[in-house]
Amino acid sequence: MAAPAGDGGRVLHVLAVDDNSVDRAIIVRLLANFRHRVTAVESGVRALELLGMDPDVSMIITDYWMPEMTGFELLKRIKESKELKKIPVVIMSSENVPTRITMCLKEGAEDFLLKPVQQSDVSRLFSRLMR
Amino acid sequence: MDVRLLQRQWVDHISALFREGFLDAQFTRLQKLQDASTPDFVVEVVTLYFEDADRLLNNLWNTLSQPVVDFKKVDAQVHRLKGSSVSIGAQRVKNACVCFIICCEEGDLEACFGCLHRLKLEFTQWKSKLEALFRIEQQIVAAGGSLPMI
Repeated sequence: MAAPAGDGGRVLHVLAVDDNSVDRAIIVRLLANFRHRVTAVESGVRALELLGMDPDVSMIITDYWMPEMTGFELLKRIKESKELKKIPVVIMSSENVPTRITMCLKEGAEDFLLKPVQQSDVSRLFSRLMR
Repeated sequence: MDVRLLQRQWVDHISALFREGFLDAQFTRLQKLQDASTPDFVVEVVTLYFEDADRLLNNLWNTLSQPVVDFKKVDAQVHRLKGSSVSIGAQRVKNACVCFIICCEEGDLEACFGCLHRLKLEFTQWKSKLEALFRIEQQIVAAGGSLPMI
């Protein structure tokens, strides 16, 4: 069942980054349930390419463990960029490693979600984003 | 076949999958994400999982068969399969991955091959049971019925 659209019908653009096709399909479905625009890519490199062409992204949600560029490295690159640093970045991981979580939050991650990500996690993120 | 009989078959089959530990609560959550706008969501995601797991199992065999085994690479591959299995609700496959990870950490090649064998068995069984479930679903829809709520 689809959740209600966001605040006043405002449509956000969410960029989802995950090298795992199963997880990517699930996060896209979770995000799309909120009737926002979702773009999904399979790598941090691809995410940065896309952001270079279209920086008008409301939120980035990225897996932590990815080959080539981890979600943490992507977070750092975004926070180091004048054009992109204000975009909230959420990290997802299937492993509950406190030092990893702390490191991401210190680097400026908006939140750290444990996989499997739930509808309630996404709902909470959007509520925060709307405020 | 009568739609009600098919629906009963479906309920019995999926109940057994949960009871026998093939599926866990995550699979139910995926089913709840399916609606009229995405009627094939579960089948699509499970199909992606089938492809991903098949490929990872082949890669694991290749990695373990190298003259010098890179256990870190094996570990990464098993972790990836574990992640997908958790996301899809494939509980027994996930559990087999957990045992495999322990063997990787110990660098025990013989045990790793044993774990891979077990993992392949669990996945093959899981795949076969989900395919059977989807066949019943297709029959229900073809007969004009809908899937029962569980």
